[in-house]
Amino acid sequence: MTTATIRVYLFKGFERLWHWTQALLIILLGITGFEIHNSYHLFGYQKAVMLHNTLAWALIALIVFAIFWHLTTGEWRQYVPTTERLSAVAHYYAVGIFKNEKHPFKESEASKLNPLQRFTYLGFKILIIPVQVTTGLLYMYYNHWHEWGIFARLDLTALLHTAGAFALISFFIVHVYMTTTGHTPLAHIKAMITGWEEIEAD
Amino acid sequence: MPQRKTLLKQLLIIPVLLVVVVGLLMAKQVQVSRAADASPVALVAAEDNPAQQGDDEVSHSTADHTKFEVLQQPFETVQDVTNACLSCHTEAADQVMHTIHWTWEKHVPDTDQTLGKKDIINNFCISIQSNEPRCTSCHAGYGWKDKTFDFTVQQNVDCLVCHDTTGTYKKFPTAAGLPVYEPTEFNGKMFNPPDLNEVAQNVGHSSRNNCGACHFYGGGGDGVKHGDLDSSLKVPDKSLDVHMSPDGANFQCSDCHTANSHEIAGSRLRMLSQSDTHYDLPNDDHNRATCESCHGITPHSNPKINDHTDKVACQTCHIPEYARGGVPTKMEWYWKDAGQFNDDGSIKSTVDEQGFPNYNTLKGSFVDEVNVKPEYYWFNGVIRYTLATDKIDDTKPVEINPIDGSYDDPNARIYPFKVHRGNQPYDPVNKTLVIPHLFGKDDTAYWKNFDWGKSIQAGMDYAGLPYSGQYDFVDTEMYWPITHMVAPKEDALACDSCHTDKTQSRVGSLEGFYMPARDHNNILDLLGWLAAAGSLLGVVVHSSLRIFGSKKGR
Ligand code: HEM
Repeated sequence: MTTATIRVYLFKGFERLWHWTQALLIILLGITGFEIHNSYHLFGYQKAVMLHNTLAWALIALIVFAIFWHLTTGEWRQYVPTTERLSAVAHYYAVGIFKNEKHPFKESEASKLNPLQRFTYLGFKILIIPVQVTTGLLYMYYNHWHEWGIFARLDLTALLHTAGAFALISFFIVHVYMTTTGHTPLAHIKAMITGWEEIEAD
Repeated sequence: MPQRKTLLKQLLIIPVLLVVVVGLLMAKQVQVSRAADASPVALVAAEDNPAQQGDDEVSHSTADHTKFEVLQQPFETVQDVTNACLSCHTEAADQVMHTIHWTWEKHVPDTDQTLGKKDIINNFCISIQSNEPRCTSCHAGYGWKDKTFDFTVQQNVDCLVCHDTTGTYKKFPTAAGLPVYEPTEFNGKMFNPPDLNEVAQNVGHSSRNNCGACHFYGGGGDGVKHGDLDSSLKVPDKSLDVHMSPDGANFQCSDCHTANSHEIAGSRLRMLSQSDTHYDLPNDDHNRATCESCHGITPHSNPKINDHTDKVACQTCHIPEYARGGVPTKMEWYWKDAGQFNDDGSIKSTVDEQGFPNYNTLKGSFVDEVNVKPEYYWFNGVIRYTLATDKIDDTKPVEINPIDGSYDDPNARIYPFKVHRGNQPYDPVNKTLVIPHLFGKDDTAYWKNFDWGKSIQAGMDYAGLPYSGQYDFVDTEMYWPITHMVAPKEDALACDSCHTDKTQSRVGSLEGFYMPARDHNNILDLLGWLAAAGSLLGVVVHSSLRIFGSKKGR
């Protein structure tokens, strides 16, 4: 490869810490969650529940920090959806990538997410995670519904929570794969570790 | 390579942070569980509580009964002893006469039924009516040999059967509640007349032996009826019963089955699936016959487990199996098979491979078991009985005492039961269960003549009930709540005893609620795994195309 690259600092310290911690927590929540779902036996039901609940609180704590960080740094703007060049990016992943075309989007500190990522991660942040946290907390506090005046059904709560978990599995598979689509297969992963992304210079 | 180093450092911080967060949360849970180990109940159960030691302990009573002259007089009869007791305990007989131990009858407002041993039918020896002298050997009285028994004669109250501490006072099995005055044999066992002065001068609080003399032998033999009450509880290991074991709390029955004016708490005819006053404090009703009376409703250190106590009875997890003391209990009893003799015409009596009785000419065939897993049902404490006056549906097994409750019933909890199944005679024309006359020396008693027709006619006539003259056998089921033989906490059911596949779950058949691990939505699971497989497939196809494309590009 002789392509010239330039380095941009995309992911700040907190962001990277948050990302990897969240990744680990969600993976472990998935592993314990599907044991609770009786998909397999690993830790044993009781341990799985205890772990799941503890991990859930860790995730909630992390999310609180992340929200604070996004709001105070203004980084939330990175997730404002845009259709600008959306079809170009989609076209790239559907067709162009096989023909070694250039990626139509250039990351920069001001705009580090391509329009497809913006949509996906926004959905992740405002749909899947809130659904998981809300249904998870409801599930956890099932015994208090009555005294708190909550009218819900446990079977539907569990159904949504499980649906969210399945969504996360598919997200995870595709997400991990997409990290390999940088200019080298590990480029994106490296960027999320070091903060520095190498992008091809024009 | 400075860049690589910082990269490693930054990577390290992730697991470190995670370990710290998770570790902190776990440490908190461990602390909570340590603190809860020193619960008040554990302290109460301390081994050196003198009030709970066995008979050979110093008495703490303020009265020494050996010093009472009235108890030194020569006693002709047991009734004389009762009179002597009543000369000081003036209200005792009157109190007893108001209790179910005397009346064998109780009105239950919830079902507006009058129940009790006197009235109900079961699927063991069916009914006491016309069989009194045999059954009333467990009556707290003397001489109830037939329906002419006068329930108002105070001297016929049997004080000794409950208050003897010598262990020498025994009622004869077929003498309507009386002991013998001459040495007498019963089924190869010798019954000697008690020394009434010795017994009367050594009365005291009722122990497990007193209550057990009747309650361990319900159904006519050791452990037959209840499954959680048998002679193994006289001196149980801690592994059998943490409360009654001398190595545990060494409780007597009356430590939980508290008495108010001789009325003992904890009748099975109307149970409390959960106590409304959770702790029984001095100003409460002095009814301590529920687990919560001492343990409260949130006794676990793990709050997740406490979250279950509104819907799951303590007994459900803490009595993993009943009949654990080695004494078998009857699980099935088929009266229809009764009346078969050996070839030589003698009474046939056989045992199974484990040595448990499986046939007797007098009673039919049985299945006896030890270490039995309970069945679980929603139960709010209300039991409705099928009496001999009630119409039955003979197309399916008749529930002799259907239990009430469902998930939606706030008073109901999942409760463990022994279900005793079998068949027994009924009237296929009138569609009622029938009362056979079993015991007696007359020519209608089944156990003498082996003629069901005569026996049933005699029993029904005796009870004043209509009988068509035809009989057949109908399948019956009877529910016995399991509440004794509480195991050490290490032996309690684990979460996955219930939270597992429907076919494995102990509560797999209970309906009306969602339970994690047991329940799931098949469609969602299918779609979810298909989506995951689809994503994987997409990734494989996409990456193959990329590899292919890049090769071509080169
Ligand atoms: C803060 C977020 C979360 C909370 C508060 C939470 C809470 C819970 C609770 C309380 C349960 C029921 C456990 C029990 O008592 O039996 C549960 C089950 C489950 N959780 Fe979570 N959870 C969270 C996040 C997640 C995530 C991120 C996943 C997947 C990646 C997940 C997957 C599952 C699954 C599959 C089940 C089993 C559902 C069932 O079969 O009924 N959870 N969760």
